[in-house]
Amino acid sequence: MNTMNTTRLIIVAVGGQGNLLASRVIGEAALLSDIDVRMSEIHGMAQRGGVVESSIVFGDAQSTVISDGESDVLLGFEPSETLRALNKCNLNTVVITNLAKLPSFTVTTGKSVYPDLDVLQELIRKKTAKLIAFDAASMAIKAGNVLSVNMVLLGALIQTHTVPLSAENVKEAIIKRTRKAFVESNLKAFELGFSAAQGLG
Amino acid sequence: MHKLLTEHPGLEMLLLGNEAIARGAVEAGVAVATTYPGTPSSEISTNFFQISRESNLYFEYSTNEKVALEVAAATANCGVRSMCVMKHVGMNVAADVFMTLAYIGVKGGLIIVTADDPYMFSSQNEQDNRYYGKFSGLPVVEPSSVQEAKDMVAYAFDISEKLQQPVIFRTTTRINHSTAPVVFGKIKAAETSGDISKDPFNQVPVPAVARILHARLLSKLETAENMSENSEYNFIMGNGAWGIICNGVSYNYVSDAAKDLNIEHRVKIFRIGFSHPMPRSTIKGFLKECEKVLVVEEGEPFMEETVKMLAQEEKLTLPILGKSQKYFSRLYEFDPALVRQSMATCFDVAYTPAKVPDLSDIPEIPERPPNLCAGCSHRATFYAVKKASEGMDTICPTDIGCYTLGFLPPLAMGDFLICMGASAGVSCGFSIKTNKKVISFIGDSTFFHSGIPGLINAVYNNHNFTMVILDNGTTAMTGHQPNPGVDMKKLDIDGYGIVSIEEIVRAVGVSHVTVIRPYRVKKSIHAVKEALNFKGVSVVISKEMCTLYARGLKKARGKPFFVSDKCKGHKDCINELACPAFFIEDNRVNIDPVMCSGCSVCAQICPEHAILPIKDT
Repeated sequence: MNTMNTTRLIIVAVGGQGNLLASRVIGEAALLSDIDVRMSEIHGMAQRGGVVESSIVFGDAQSTVISDGESDVLLGFEPSETLRALNKCNLNTVVITNLAKLPSFTVTTGKSVYPDLDVLQELIRKKTAKLIAFDAASMAIKAGNVLSVNMVLLGALIQTHTVPLSAENVKEAIIKRTRKAFVESNLKAFELGFSAAQGLG
Repeated sequence: MHKLLTEHPGLEMLLLGNEAIARGAVEAGVAVATTYPGTPSSEISTNFFQISRESNLYFEYSTNEKVALEVAAATANCGVRSMCVMKHVGMNVAADVFMTLAYIGVKGGLIIVTADDPYMFSSQNEQDNRYYGKFSGLPVVEPSSVQEAKDMVAYAFDISEKLQQPVIFRTTTRINHSTAPVVFGKIKAAETSGDISKDPFNQVPVPAVARILHARLLSKLETAENMSENSEYNFIMGNGAWGIICNGVSYNYVSDAAKDLNIEHRVKIFRIGFSHPMPRSTIKGFLKECEKVLVVEEGEPFMEETVKMLAQEEKLTLPILGKSQKYFSRLYEFDPALVRQSMATCFDVAYTPAKVPDLSDIPEIPERPPNLCAGCSHRATFYAVKKASEGMDTICPTDIGCYTLGFLPPLAMGDFLICMGASAGVSCGFSIKTNKKVISFIGDSTFFHSGIPGLINAVYNNHNFTMVILDNGTTAMTGHQPNPGVDMKKLDIDGYGIVSIEEIVRAVGVSHVTVIRPYRVKKSIHAVKEALNFKGVSVVISKEMCTLYARGLKKARGKPFFVSDKCKGHKDCINELACPAFFIEDNRVNIDPVMCSGCSVCAQICPEHAILPIKDT
């Protein structure tokens, strides 16, 4: 049901993974690219281990919310959260996910079972157009900052050309929007994610 | 300089809805802002707090919403532009003020911001505060976008000053927590000097005066209705015969759906941004030009009922559809697909909804419920109370804050909750009618907000319960705002007093008062036991700084702990405390040293004394 010139992106993450900063960078890059953008976030109890969901709508639309089955792109910072957000996808959705697990407390204490990662990827592949999955956490470490998982995934997102933003504008936004001490590692993380996505999917 | 103070009309900046409201207030020359923090409104005040430290804005965190509005009512009556910010349920606390302030009115502009929370992302109910406009006779305006969230603030101040009435500025979570580029306007210099001129026959509503003031209120409402008829924020788009009346975020979903369904030429959309008083004659004219009308509004059928009433007055029989025919629900928030579907059904337009994938073969995904942080002092307090009350038949009223999460297993401390401060009052009631031991929980900020009257009632009426005050030195849940018990000097901020909870409790006449440090487990259990055994009102003040806040302030923390080989796998630590720093690997209990705050509570309860601090290497 998407209008021709609208792109709908959902980002899901666990509190503390930097989803909101990634969304801010995307918004800033859209502003630099002169592309209409509107976003909405739900982060009620994020600091206490909950899920943070951002929806970002590019182009000719006024809504900031994305309904079930209507996202063009799903960017998941944590594999089980990506799976949980499948209700937002359809057969044409491109899914990009980190494969580094952040098991919830119920899993780490043996009260529930984390889904098998191979099964998880298989399921996502079957129900969407394309899946790009890799371990973004190890790349963040390679970039020199374990907290730059968000920038790695942002790099992968931009590489897929699924959102109307250029790598240059996103990098400029990273320079503008992220803390000075981290700009270098953030840019490196972005590049690593960008290259990683090239060989996948 | 704070980004919202940027002088640069025409500049486009990416802003959160709440930042846009704060910017709107700056542009309108706001002189005074007051609040009690509450999601989804909190960031408006966070920005005011920062702005007040580098401009001539006066800002305060007041003890509760009623006080916040009283302060703003007075400054507005001194003639300066004032804003009072709260979440939707805060309006219930402030209601006593604005119901009569509506009679008295204001001199300078006064805006009351209410942030409603459809779907209850972070609230205990989803009340629709537009009714407060109708109830009090005050105008209500509501933006549909982040840009309007900024622009309508200056507009609301103008209405307020023309009418000499407070104006209710109503938002919903999806306005407060949406982000979009906002075009800045000019900043009007704030007029900060004001004074009250005595006018008791207009400002002291004894019955004889109030009778005159009520009549004046009704005549102001007529003027307000004229403003609503002519408001640029009540506008009609399109020329079709299918009418749609909508407000707030619903307008966005309606506009997008009209495009998506390709019926833009068939519809006529009436966007209501000035929703009380409703523009009655414009609506009547609109109805006359429509074959059928759909009313799209989240929450209650506030507009729908008025529109139907107006049709009756005009003897119009066109179908007016909405919640009463189940096109929409009174529950939760809307989304684009839901509105699109209802519009397609209502106007009989072909529409194939997006295909949601079949998820029946997805394995169960472990839930990620919010949890008290690793090392949270509340966990330690709940554990102490649980142990101290073992074998007792208890009922535990709880209150609003992070500690509400203590109701979850395994702590399971929290049986009854209504609203801010209610734990104290309901404990009085339970102690009258049950033989169970009543133990109530209340946080420091909530105690100041509205817990004190309940405690006074308990002492005066000689009730029998134990109140546990969880004093973590901040208003944690809404993002660590200060409260009257916080020593502002420690935050390097001068000019504040400090109020001691212990002195209040003693002054009220509670004879059994204990202060515990909850990380000292045995001592705490012992002290709580004594309090529970006391007949009458006893209070336990559990003092320990919020661990998340301490981390933010870079306060020294204890050394993290680890599980040594002495562990025999009882798992008391996991089963009784459920601290998220624990994890099991290869069937062995471990502690994540990054998450562990070194509170040492688990080490004190381990039957094998297997949990030890990590030594420096």
